[in-house]
Amino acid sequence: MSGHDHHHHHDHEHDNHFTPIEARVKALESLMVEKGYVDPSALDAIIDTYETKIGPRNGARVVAKAWSDPAYAARLKADGTAAVAELGYGGRGGEHIVACFNTPEEHNLIVCTLCSCYPWPVLGLPPVWYKSPPYRSKAVIDPRGTLADFGVTLPEGQRIRVWDSTAETRFIVVPMRPAGTEGWSEDELASIVSRDSMIGVGLPSPEDRS
Amino acid sequence: MSRPDAALAEALAAGTPIPRDAEGPVFAEPWQAQAFALVVALQNRGVFSADEWAQALGGEIREALANGGCRDGSDYYERWCEALEHLLIEKGLASHDGVDARAAAWERAAEATPHGKPILLENDPLAQH
Repeated sequence: MSGHDHHHHHDHEHDNHFTPIEARVKALESLMVEKGYVDPSALDAIIDTYETKIGPRNGARVVAKAWSDPAYAARLKADGTAAVAELGYGGRGGEHIVACFNTPEEHNLIVCTLCSCYPWPVLGLPPVWYKSPPYRSKAVIDPRGTLADFGVTLPEGQRIRVWDSTAETRFIVVPMRPAGTEGWSEDELASIVSRDSMIGVGLPSPEDRS
Repeated sequence: MSRPDAALAEALAAGTPIPRDAEGPVFAEPWQAQAFALVVALQNRGVFSADEWAQALGGEIREALANGGCRDGSDYYERWCEALEHLLIEKGLASHDGVDARAAAWERAAEATPHGKPILLENDPLAQH
């Protein structure tokens, strides 16, 4: 079996390898670092932030507070960016956030038909399907069918309003507080606010409480 | 603002299932995180604006789609990298040949770096020291 061992070892000696795309990213990064536009430690900090600190839990806290505190809900409706900043969320991708409140008459759905604009500070980075061409097309052409794909059926009389995000303006859906959540703490409420419900392709359910 | 052309949008809406995921990993591979962070850092430095970026990325995605690219969005970060490269070239901050040459240098450096050691550009055997 020594032949096999040798071969295995040989493979390991050459496993330092960049795929073309990996080499290209390294190329762009090193060129920008050399020109002084980018600090490598800033890149690490950005990655850490988006991998561990920013995500849909931030948005869930915003929604839970709006459900619990009518004055906060009013501020969120009037100026989403400022109300979100009250909870310490903001920055890149959140320069202008508009909160779209669902009502019995109107359900809100967000999309970016151009690319993938998304309210990063409150929802983190977008899921794969949000960036996919079928979602970006179908959300606009057939919003009710899109919701059905996600297993959501709305009452017939409830309109669907589709919000097309841009680099300047990004939206977060504030779902209606479900019945059966009376007396819950903000933490309990936040636990049932899913990412999908803040994009508008899901609805919160009291059964999801954790 | 330019938007995907209507016929293609109809076809996509009618015939292609929307890919689904759980609240899975943010980045599938480390290079995607690097490319993402690079764009955020360059915007923070004012090298380009959020709108310029959205237009560049949107254009790249639209073009790839029109040429038969992945309809499930799985090539999103490949488009991201192309958009970044093209935008930097447009801004006069990089050249296609310059990026090609540097990428080739990184590939040679990786091959020449022993296992377990960090891959450094100066490990490129053709590097000028």
